[in-house]
Amino acid sequence: MRDVLSLYSEKVMEHFKNPRNVGEIENPDGIGHVGNPVCGDIMELYIKVKDEVIVDAKFKTFGCGAAIATSSMVTELVKGKTVEGALKISNHAVAEALGGLPPIKMHCSLLAEEALKSAIEDYLTKSKKGKARRHKENAKCKIQ
Amino acid sequence: MRRIYLDYAATTPTHPEVVKAMLPYFTDVFGNPSSIYSYGQEAKGAIEEARSKVADLIGAQSEELVFTSGGTEADNFAIKGVAYTNEHKGNHIITTPIEHHAGMETCKSLERRGVRVTYLPVDEHGLVDPDNVRRAITDKTILISVMHANNEMGTIEPIAEIGKIAREARIYFHTDAVQTVGHIPVDVNELGVDLLSMSAHKLYGPKGVGALYVRGGTKLLPFMHGGEQERRRRASTENVPGIVGFGRAIELAKQEMDEEAERLTYLRDQLIKGLLERIDHIRLNGHLTKRLLNNVNVSVDFVEGESMLLNLDLEGICASTGSACSSSSLEPSYVLLALGLSPELAHGSLRFTLGRENTSKDIDYVLEVLPKIVAKLRAMSPLLKSRR
Ligand code: FES
Repeated sequence: MRDVLSLYSEKVMEHFKNPRNVGEIENPDGIGHVGNPVCGDIMELYIKVKDEVIVDAKFKTFGCGAAIATSSMVTELVKGKTVEGALKISNHAVAEALGGLPPIKMHCSLLAEEALKSAIEDYLTKSKKGKARRHKENAKCKIQ
Repeated sequence: MRRIYLDYAATTPTHPEVVKAMLPYFTDVFGNPSSIYSYGQEAKGAIEEARSKVADLIGAQSEELVFTSGGTEADNFAIKGVAYTNEHKGNHIITTPIEHHAGMETCKSLERRGVRVTYLPVDEHGLVDPDNVRRAITDKTILISVMHANNEMGTIEPIAEIGKIAREARIYFHTDAVQTVGHIPVDVNELGVDLLSMSAHKLYGPKGVGALYVRGGTKLLPFMHGGEQERRRRASTENVPGIVGFGRAIELAKQEMDEEAERLTYLRDQLIKGLLERIDHIRLNGHLTKRLLNNVNVSVDFVEGESMLLNLDLEGICASTGSACSSSSLEPSYVLLALGLSPELAHGSLRFTLGRENTSKDIDYVLEVLPKIVAKLRAMSPLLKSRR
């Protein structure tokens, strides 16, 4: 029952105390749902996209202090980014923005990166399907 | 900020009276107990006085006590000692999956050297069934090692019953009594143990000192080779101030035990009741009644332990958890898993262990603060939604 409490930077604790963007987005354009194979934690990330720009992001996380802080930070980082730009956000960038994480907690920031990637992938597949569907419908119209 | 310490099972503050008793042995009476001049002999006398105090509390003879560097060494000494000394007789040890790391890792190290170890199952409250002990015995069994009370979830094991079985079968019986000595009555004869581990810093004594009780007639190879200290069982110049402090702490524990037991049991039950009332989807881990009088261990659904601890710490409350996230191995508590808890429930576990400084105000404070923390964390938990 060892504890790791005093290992966090001030920035981590700040985001842990007041996490930004907690919750779900109704009718999101993308949802990322990932589990952490290391310790069994879970994160959900919701994004809203307009003209290829992420206009809103929210999260729900079951995990440690670092997991909550990185979730909060990643939602802050992606807002206003293009989908393409958001894909480039690495877990290291998230950790760095938090003033660093203890080495044993780096895997928690990976959870945030993966949740983001999976939300974007979800968006891309949905929008592709959407486009395809619209395409089809348009085609149908023409035939008729 | 108000600070409330609720982690007495991890360690206790050294009692001021204990510190006072220790101080002269750093300076005035600094002599080596093995020296024959008066400085040395005075130190030796102090050690023997402490030895008789400790022996007296557990119903043992002074000669049956070996001072060690703590509970971990006592466990290592007992388990490896019996295994090495009885190699010619057998190579089978019976133990449990809920032992403290000190016992658990010692058994595992012996397993790697070819000793066979049976880990008895425990029920959902953490209790060992003595009948299972009986059934596990073979003609190669040389040691049974079952802890007196578990440090995490507080369950008190039926040591006396197992002791009878061990005695009938003429097998050495060891118990780790680190959590019980000084807190509840412990008597080596009533328990029927041959070896018993103790630690000073769990009973308001100093860190770095403990003892192993070794029943007269028990053959045990020395744990440390060197000088002739501790009747050649454990070489090394004695930790005189530590041993003196241990003796004084035992003396105080004995004086205050009954009153403190009643007080802590009341506070413990107040905390358990309050938590179960004020937080839904919460469960008590361990046994309801066969339980250490200062232990509260609960699992809170849908939330993770480290984040609860951090929030508690921000409110000035020190507690602990069996969550994977807060262990350096990133694995959930093996003790809680042995009770059949899911990894998620182990994740959401919280342990409060009460002690001398706690009052009912502290309990009220925890009961006021924790439900808010749980609500805050549940609001961000993806687990809760999926259950709806
Ligand atoms: S989420 Fe488990 S250690 Fe961070």
